[in-house]
Amino acid sequence: MAILDKLKDGVQRELEGLEFVIGWEQGYDPLHASPLFIRTPGDIDRLIWNPLCVHNLASYLPSLKGRRVGILLKGCDSRSVIQLLQEGLIKREEIVIFGIPCRGVVDLSKIKSRIDTSQMRAVSLMDDAVVIEIPQGREEIPLDDVLATKCLSCQYPTPLIYDHLAGEVLPPQRPTEVLYKEVEVIEELDVQDRLAHWERELDRCIRCYACRNACPLCVCQDYCAAESRNPRWLSQRAGVSEKVMWHIMHALHLAGRCTDCGECERACPMDIPIQRIRRKINKEIKELFGYEAGVNPEDTPPLYTFKVEEPTIQEREW
Amino acid sequence: MVSREARFLATDNIPALLRRLGNTYRVFAPVKVSDTIVLFQEFAESAGLALDEQTTLPPKELLFPQTEGLVSYRYRKDAEDLEKSEVQVEETLEAPPTIIFGVRPCDARGLTVFDAVFTDGQWRDPYYKARREATTIVTVLCTQPESTCFCTSVGGSPTGIEGSDIILTIVTGGYVAEPVTEKGETLLQDEAFTPAGDKAGEAGEAREKVSVERELELDGIAEQLLDIFGTDFWEQVTAKCISCAACTYVCPTCFCFTITDDTTGIEGSRIRTWDSCMFYLYTLEASGHNPRPTKTERYRNRIGHKFSYHPTSYEGMFGCSGCGRCIKVCPASLDIRQVLREAKAHG
Ligand code: SF4
Ligand code: SF4
Repeated sequence: MAILDKLKDGVQRELEGLEFVIGWEQGYDPLHASPLFIRTPGDIDRLIWNPLCVHNLASYLPSLKGRRVGILLKGCDSRSVIQLLQEGLIKREEIVIFGIPCRGVVDLSKIKSRIDTSQMRAVSLMDDAVVIEIPQGREEIPLDDVLATKCLSCQYPTPLIYDHLAGEVLPPQRPTEVLYKEVEVIEELDVQDRLAHWERELDRCIRCYACRNACPLCVCQDYCAAESRNPRWLSQRAGVSEKVMWHIMHALHLAGRCTDCGECERACPMDIPIQRIRRKINKEIKELFGYEAGVNPEDTPPLYTFKVEEPTIQEREW
Repeated sequence: MVSREARFLATDNIPALLRRLGNTYRVFAPVKVSDTIVLFQEFAESAGLALDEQTTLPPKELLFPQTEGLVSYRYRKDAEDLEKSEVQVEETLEAPPTIIFGVRPCDARGLTVFDAVFTDGQWRDPYYKARREATTIVTVLCTQPESTCFCTSVGGSPTGIEGSDIILTIVTGGYVAEPVTEKGETLLQDEAFTPAGDKAGEAGEAREKVSVERELELDGIAEQLLDIFGTDFWEQVTAKCISCAACTYVCPTCFCFTITDDTTGIEGSRIRTWDSCMFYLYTLEASGHNPRPTKTERYRNRIGHKFSYHPTSYEGMFGCSGCGRCIKVCPASLDIRQVLREAKAHG
């Protein structure tokens, strides 16, 4: 049975005991999927599963605490759920997870930077290519060229937590070395150039907070320090220093919690490569604490605990 | 529009024109700042013009900046009586003469929504008004509507002139320029504009050919939205919304703002910054009560304002010009057109 049929079948069987199941449906054009809230058996037909299913649906879970819901998760999405469980922000028994062994999702910005999709007519998704029909003709793009960057180094294509798995366990297919490639380019810059780089990128931020609201781990939401007027941590001014500060705040609050799902960057209307800031912090956390967020529900995130001696940090000479 | 006043602007003459205008005005035009982002930026020849795609953000920032100083202030203690202090307040209003080149009809029309609220009604906003008066809008009419465009559904047109001072129609080798206002007429005196001759006819034909299907039937939507105000429609339709302000901040007609004081020591400035009805703080009251506690009430307000309350207050004018940007940027791909269709069909 194909993955989609298995998913539909599973949802059909579980739906009765749940308020709804969150999946994806076709969006407003052939290139966009959109989250789908399946409330009745009739909604199940709208479910889709393909490389356009980019959204990390786990972002909806914290606000649904206390309600029984089902959710479809890719490998990377499942790490957000594990991290949320570790932090006590959601309850395992309230959630039914339909896991999907995943071969990758596209980055729509990568597609849009290659072709003008504003008058696109149709899209076909093949195993290794995306074919887009535009008025000028057919454009075939190799899938690997437009996969989300996270997918090119994916180590967890199969969800790490699930109740039902739609298919066979899929072992990792991708190299690990490329994970920090973009981060390393920025690390090469000296401090002044690094600041200049980020000021240039972040200058076009419009403080719309799509990155924050799309993030499964940004659970403060309405009470975010960046907006709070009392206490007033940050001016509401949209100057570059406030924007840089906002992003430092955002990223630091995710230290040791970010699972690299990339929703922040995907959500950004200004296509600012902000996932890199989090990746850099993830890299530091890995080097300092040997910790990777959202892989083991039994773990305690490093900044949630205190050890007199951190095995990886040498504080004294002797 | 009087076509005998039409002039021709050769594509090759545009850089020189904008350079010359740059001596008297601040000149903004669309520039590709990255592979996928086009923004209005101060014209620099080296940057090149990106006139053939919709800008990522509308030009509203130039008339209604995301941050604008309203007044600056400074406290002073009275040396004789330390109990007393006085505050000196100074208005800060900057409205240099500005030209925005390469606007689209939907964005120009979006400004007419601002005009109705900020300059034409009971309350006048001196800041917006001064900038609007100092700005000349040069619009390039559309030839290739995008799949997200729905200007015709909300009363606009890909060849519409509302809100513009000059309209440019693409013809062979350049543009036919026609003045819409006095301000526009003044600009057309520049030597870059030559007699249009036959091109005027070509422009007329080109405009005839452009069309955007009217995909929404919005008759009666204002009443319908009130009728379904208390239904569960809103919770269902907003389930996928993440309550960010991407839609608000890319919108050419959203004009909400907040006012805060930035004080350092004894001085500071009172600033006005963009705000969004999708934010919790937007309606949070001093008592702690929030009449719009969740995204459901907030999104209902967004739609209600644009398609019911605004047209009711402003002679039927929607708070939407159909540019489609909110559809493109929504992280959840929530489509405002679909919401309106479903709202009409509900109940
Ligand atoms: S990172 Fe892995 S699990 Fe996540 S979308 Fe990409 S391939 Fe799928
Ligand atoms: S989503 Fe992008 S533009 Fe919006 S606040 Fe985040 S970085 Fe800024």
